[in-house]
Amino acid sequence: MHIIIVGCGKVGRTLAEQLQEEETDLTLIDMDADVINDLTEDIDAMGIVGNGASINTLMEAGVQTADILIAVTASDELNLLCCLIAQKTGHCQTIARVRNPIYSKEIGFIKERLGLSMIMNPELAAAREISRLLRFPAAIKIDPFSKGRVELLKFKVLPEFGLDGMSVSQITDKYRCDILFAAIESKDTLTIPGGDHLVHNGDFVSIIAAPKNTATFFKKIGLKTHQVRNTLIIGGGTISYYLAKTLSDLKINVKIIEKDKERCEELSDMLPEATIICGDGTERSLLMEEGLATVESFVTLTNMDEENIFLSLSAKKLTNAKLVAKVNRLPYKDVIDDLDLGSVIYPKYITSDSILRYVRAMQNTIGSNVETLYHVLDNQAEALEFIIRDNSPVVGIPLAELNLKSNLLVCCLTRKGTVRIPRGQDTLQIGDNVVIVTTSKGLRDIRDILA
Amino acid sequence: MNFRIIAYIVGWVCNFQAAFMMLPLLTAGIYREKDFSAFLLVMLVCLVVGVPLTRKKPKNKVFYIKDGCVAVALSWLALCIFGSIPFVVSGCIPHPIDALFETVSGFTTTGSSILSDVEVLPHCILIWRSFTHWIGGMGVLVFLLSLLPLAGGYHMNLMKAESPGPSVSKLVPKVQSTAKILYTIYFGMTLIQLALLLIGRVPLFDSLCITFGTAGTGGFGIVNDSLGSYSTYCQVVTTIFMILFGVNFSAYYLILTKKFRQAFKYEEVRYYFGIIAVAIVIIALNTAHLFRNLLTAFQQAAFQVGSIITTTGFSSTDFNQWPALSKTVLVLLMFVGACAGSTGGGIKVSRILILCKAAKKEFQLYLHPNAVKKIKMDDKVITHDILRSTNIYISLYLMIFAASVLLIAIDNFDLITNFMAVTATLNNIGPGFEIVGPMGNFSSFSYLSKCVLIFDMLAGRLEIFPLLLLFFKGTWKKF
Repeated sequence: MHIIIVGCGKVGRTLAEQLQEEETDLTLIDMDADVINDLTEDIDAMGIVGNGASINTLMEAGVQTADILIAVTASDELNLLCCLIAQKTGHCQTIARVRNPIYSKEIGFIKERLGLSMIMNPELAAAREISRLLRFPAAIKIDPFSKGRVELLKFKVLPEFGLDGMSVSQITDKYRCDILFAAIESKDTLTIPGGDHLVHNGDFVSIIAAPKNTATFFKKIGLKTHQVRNTLIIGGGTISYYLAKTLSDLKINVKIIEKDKERCEELSDMLPEATIICGDGTERSLLMEEGLATVESFVTLTNMDEENIFLSLSAKKLTNAKLVAKVNRLPYKDVIDDLDLGSVIYPKYITSDSILRYVRAMQNTIGSNVETLYHVLDNQAEALEFIIRDNSPVVGIPLAELNLKSNLLVCCLTRKGTVRIPRGQDTLQIGDNVVIVTTSKGLRDIRDILA
Repeated sequence: MNFRIIAYIVGWVCNFQAAFMMLPLLTAGIYREKDFSAFLLVMLVCLVVGVPLTRKKPKNKVFYIKDGCVAVALSWLALCIFGSIPFVVSGCIPHPIDALFETVSGFTTTGSSILSDVEVLPHCILIWRSFTHWIGGMGVLVFLLSLLPLAGGYHMNLMKAESPGPSVSKLVPKVQSTAKILYTIYFGMTLIQLALLLIGRVPLFDSLCITFGTAGTGGFGIVNDSLGSYSTYCQVVTTIFMILFGVNFSAYYLILTKKFRQAFKYEEVRYYFGIIAVAIVIIALNTAHLFRNLLTAFQQAAFQVGSIITTTGFSSTDFNQWPALSKTVLVLLMFVGACAGSTGGGIKVSRILILCKAAKKEFQLYLHPNAVKKIKMDDKVITHDILRSTNIYISLYLMIFAASVLLIAIDNFDLITNFMAVTATLNNIGPGFEIVGPMGNFSSFSYLSKCVLIFDMLAGRLEIFPLLLLFFKGTWKKF
């Protein structure tokens, strides 16, 4: 499979890193020779320096034989143009990143009429992810499967839950909820737990279940489950705009603090329900005046990672609010995760994840049928969703009797719209929607779960 | 919202209220009046409320403008409610709403009364009525600030909320010192007037009451015809001091620190005196035929103009009988009001000035659409924020005015009475025309109307926003 990536910024680089692990031929295009030189040293791919919208460059990259072109340069228009030209010269599928809110309203039209396969809006995706977190503040991360019927949800085990030292099967027996422990992270190691795995305070546990079951479970262990009533957002960028819009629709009170006066006026025009405060969000007295002490959620979305982290850390001292911080830079993820900031959003990850998902789904034609893919704990594990389409060797045999790979868990089964947690005697059937969590990567097909 | 510190401040206001009660208590002692007990009771009630609230100083002293406004509004409500109890308990004003009306009228330095005969009241009640003017004139929270070390830069928010005028400036770097200076000037001028009245052989009790009424620009009289029966000397002294108390106190501070030139350069003060002079001349000429000679006419005109523009509301003659031109001038003066930073009410000369200048700028923009023009006062640029808040203030003022007139009209009095009742209360003046004229009173209004007027008086004194903030939903929200 031949994939061309135009634009090698942060998203382009992350994508390239991820895709090289798949069996693909990669060609990278960027205007900046340094970037290309740098990248081709790390990644086994071909690099071309040039304008991705120029036919010559695209031909050189082999657009005529390419399967997918992904345009993720900084400019929306350039991305769209790349895709258009690539389509006219070759027969490839095209994916463009388009982030301008003006286009985002017209995305359906653009996608259909220009014949794009996928349009990615990282800001919108990030805002959606944050709004999910604010609807369920107890979770650090929420990933939906099966169109939201199932959720993979990560939370931290705190002493007050009284789960310390209990094994996974003890917990499920005690609380009798239809949930499944999909992954447990403690001190940088991730395990796909068996029934006898012990849970400790401070562990990050990912559970998988239908939303209402997770809610009952959380209620039983004493975690607050109601959605936040108000939120304070620092920074008035595009994510803030999308987020405020989504939250206002949910009747959540939104207050945005933004430094730039003109941007404030724009925001106030676009978001009549929100309170826009013009001021420096890093000023503690301003934050206190605007009710940081009583707010239920605090989202830091400035352009500076340092500011976001810093603000979250200081807010942790001052409030009990749900904290969400946006971080752009990926390399320091491990350090940031150690800080225990509450939820951290990596917009670049969200972008590359969803593009990757699409690429894998495209490989469907050659065997893969991944519907959804999420990374759990950086790159250590993946949660994948499959639809069982044809008669494969896994169908009809009770799970307990299947010879599954180690560190792999069949988490969830959606059959005809009903969600269930599969037990040993359950069998997989054609048409089922299955969620798999595993530490072994690159699963393409449901039959890959067999050892 | 920092409720602890708001409670602490309201508690202190109650304590001070108890202290203020010493004066009527003392008077009652001197004149051996039985209403002694009423004041003692209220004093105890105030202390019972105040002492527990102030026993512990709140740790969290963070204090924002909205907390300031709420603290001011609640303090004033507490002040007025507790202040009205002696009237009810002593039986002088049996109905609580009437008593509240009288007290609010006192503290807001309005001077409107529901009493048709004040001469029958005991001395202690009379002095309490007048004393409320003095307390309310400079503001009880400014008084509190001058004595109470609250610490931190936060109490500017209290002062902003209580002081009249479009913008509040500090005289010296520290708020507490500013408050102290303001009260020293206030106290000093009160003493001078008292001394001058005593020299003119006005009895001590009468001098005290008149001085309190003048200093706070209140206007409660202790005789039914207000100041009409006092000597010309007493009236002249009162005229001068009424006008002086309507001047921005910053000017006095500059005079005290020997910066005369700066003091006389205050644009607002100069216009204030200009308006007074023009008004006196018009009225004196217009009413000359009513008096023995032109000099008396000038003296009476000056007294009335000074009384109305500073929103004091004393009267030396029944100006309800004056010709229409003079009455109209007085009505206009009622709206203009005194200077910002004085003890007077009304819209304030500085706001009128700002509006006039803004209007002029608008005209110039028609001539030169792309012109960039800054409005200045006292050689300082008036920022867009001040201009905006002035405009909004006037709009709100008019809205409240219209709504109040409508509500009062339910009583079916004539139009002038309704209009003047609202004008007199919202501007903190006291008397209006017709039924509420200098020889009339507010007793014939229904209790609904009285409540509306009580609201108007408080809104006028606290300059609308702090009071309305209490009714704004967002104020009470945690976030």
